[in-house]
Amino acid sequence: MRRMAVAALALALMAGPAAAVNPDEQLADPALEARAHKLSKELRCVVCQNQSIDDSDAALARDLRIILRERIAAGASDEEAVDFLVQRYGSFVQLKPPLRADTLALWFGPLGVLLLGGLGAYAYMRSRAPQKVGALTAEDEAEAARLLNSDKAG
Amino acid sequence: MKRLLFLAPAVAFVAVLVVFFAGLGRDPSRLPTVYQDKPLPAFTAPPLRPGDVGLSAADLQTGGPVLLNVFASWCGPCRVEHPVFMRLRAQGVIIHGLNWKDQPGQGLRWLAENGDPYVRVGDDPTGRIGIELGVAGVPETFVIDKQGRVRYRHVGAVTPEVWSGKIEPLMAKLRSES
Repeated sequence: MRRMAVAALALALMAGPAAAVNPDEQLADPALEARAHKLSKELRCVVCQNQSIDDSDAALARDLRIILRERIAAGASDEEAVDFLVQRYGSFVQLKPPLRADTLALWFGPLGVLLLGGLGAYAYMRSRAPQKVGALTAEDEAEAARLLNSDKAG
Repeated sequence: MKRLLFLAPAVAFVAVLVVFFAGLGRDPSRLPTVYQDKPLPAFTAPPLRPGDVGLSAADLQTGGPVLLNVFASWCGPCRVEHPVFMRLRAQGVIIHGLNWKDQPGQGLRWLAENGDPYVRVGDDPTGRIGIELGVAGVPETFVIDKQGRVRYRHVGAVTPEVWSGKIEPLMAKLRSES
């Protein structure tokens, strides 16, 4: 009994995450379905916000998957199909935000911070580097020789 | 100068800390509506009450400011806000309703059991009209001004606190606008 339970648990843990897309939602045309499937992975479910509508079991995610497929079946391009939802729910539904004037900080902010930090680190390390030593003059050489030989003389 | 430059990272760190800390208290489900300061798109919802006229976008263009409440019989928070709307209706606030994704007959039963605060009520069994309006769930309440523009969208129950703290002052302001 116990072994059975362990086996059942192991099997349950092995099961991969299944997509929430139900067979009745899918388009008959495999090429269109593949496009819709790809797009739905890039659209955020507004109910459970860290899931795509492809992953989410929420009723609204199902509705949006169906709407997406309706648009695609009606001949909309990928962009048009996504725009249909963006017009209603805002850019927030795009898991990959588009590059726009108001998303520049989002896209390049981290790079900017990295550059600033790098500049700061460079300036700091330069200020800490030891002064470069010039070649020894003849006097220095003589002084060094005198010191090195001082033991023998003593 | 050199000393001030040395302080810059610490100042930047504190600034980021303040921004993130302020963000902690925000509810991520309260998204701004794409229709902020714009009229809602055209829609016509069939009547929920038999023999009634239903609800269309044109109903929201006149007699403002008005409230549009999206509700469902299966929605828990709707039960919380319903008495608030009953009280507001008695005070003369114009509230329209959209019954979102409900089973046939359930919305009507909900109104029969809990009271009917709505001037106009539309039925949206498939949820498609709600999706047109950018509704993510129930309850949601739109505050619409005299020109029919959305001025605020509240996600979640309109509790007495939400009403007196946010919506009532806004309605008063919209009433004084020309």
